[in-house]
Amino acid sequence: MGMGSGIRNLIAKRAAQEITDGMVVNLGIGIPSLVPNHLPKDIHVMFHAENGVLGMGPTPDEGKADENLCNAAGYPVTLQIGASYSDSTIAFGMIRRGKLDVTILGSLQVSETGDLANWIVPGKRVPGMGGAMELSQKAKKVIVLMNHCDRDGSPKILPSCTLPITTPCCVDLIITELAVFEVTPTGLVLMELMPGATLEMVKRKTAATFTLSSDFTIE
Amino acid sequence: MEKIDNTFGKIKDSLEIMHLFKNGITIMFGGFGGVGSPPTLVDMLIDSGASGLTLIGNDAGFPTIGIGKVVCEGLAKKLIASHIGSNPIAGRQMTEGTLEVEFNPQGTLVERIRAGGVGLGGILVDVGINSEVVTKNKQFAKVEERNYIIEPSLTADVSIVYAKKADPYGNLIFDKSARNTNPLVAMAGDITIVEVEEFVPLGGLDPEEIIVPGVYVDYMIQSKGVNWTWVWDPAYGT
Repeated sequence: MGMGSGIRNLIAKRAAQEITDGMVVNLGIGIPSLVPNHLPKDIHVMFHAENGVLGMGPTPDEGKADENLCNAAGYPVTLQIGASYSDSTIAFGMIRRGKLDVTILGSLQVSETGDLANWIVPGKRVPGMGGAMELSQKAKKVIVLMNHCDRDGSPKILPSCTLPITTPCCVDLIITELAVFEVTPTGLVLMELMPGATLEMVKRKTAATFTLSSDFTIE
Repeated sequence: MEKIDNTFGKIKDSLEIMHLFKNGITIMFGGFGGVGSPPTLVDMLIDSGASGLTLIGNDAGFPTIGIGKVVCEGLAKKLIASHIGSNPIAGRQMTEGTLEVEFNPQGTLVERIRAGGVGLGGILVDVGINSEVVTKNKQFAKVEERNYIIEPSLTADVSIVYAKKADPYGNLIFDKSARNTNPLVAMAGDITIVEVEEFVPLGGLDPEEIIVPGVYVDYMIQSKGVNWTWVWDPAYGT
């Protein structure tokens, strides 16, 4: 990633603002997994894991890991009160049925119409789509957390994705270390700058066209 | 351990069922990233020497974990899964052309398995309907003005499953998130073999809590427990 933990947490903190009381939320691996650390203590959220846990809690204390209680990345978790287990069809049934309020995931590229490309780099990396297609196509809100540019400095927010698309027109919000964009029916809208970022910087590093939100202010 | 009556003759010694693993058969496996994959049956499968296998399951495990061990031994010619990212050897075999991989969206894959297990020909689903990798060679159906992909059901010659507890009839319960695909895989095997952590007598499971009714289970063996190091263990890879 090449991104310091400070910046990663800044992105996670901004994403946490999108979560409200009572929501069902699925978090991808990487920066999305940091989001729960930034939620207010009094909020009730059910974290969904596609391997069959609804109501996942934080990482267990050292020495308390249960090998049969893991998240979708295979790492030990705990349960929150009110949690339940299910088999994989029920875990995905919830997603397809529209019970998931928010999915927060990483991506390789996002287009200005909200196309998500995060499952394959042809010839290089073929991890497979896992649950990404269900999550991105069926969650009520899709939030992408990612670096603004890739390792080579090429923009990841593009007029159209050059990588194979996971799901077209599914992304609602993009949060990077530089900016927060909303994908609207009329195009990409810059909502906020992240601390330390300037509009010039964002313009230079974003290949897609975007407009400024009406309540956009440069602090 | 308390002596359990083998009332239905389903509880076997591993040597008695080794012959079920044959060259070229289709094997469906339970587990998600190795969690809930049956360690003793995985080792038996490798020891059987069966090759040219078609494997069906969520993922390719990790190189030293779960079904990943079978993949790394080069025993599979085809894998039907949703994800192979945690097993770079599987990726390499795919690139080199020694392993054919059919990718399915995860929810579609598990529902195809469930459909096989409950005697359906397939399912109608719209996940990935705009994705060529998903729709390739598929038929479509329009129901009440909505478009769906017809996803055929999946069954297997042999299913290998891990359960927390079983009674002699093969009624099964699972352990936390190790349940994952196991109940579905258990239903979809022409022959289903279950690796059991703990056998209990008939009546030892509350009928209300049973996840898989024993009618789906053909054979059971005693688990020897997980013999791999998990990725989250500091000892992993050492």
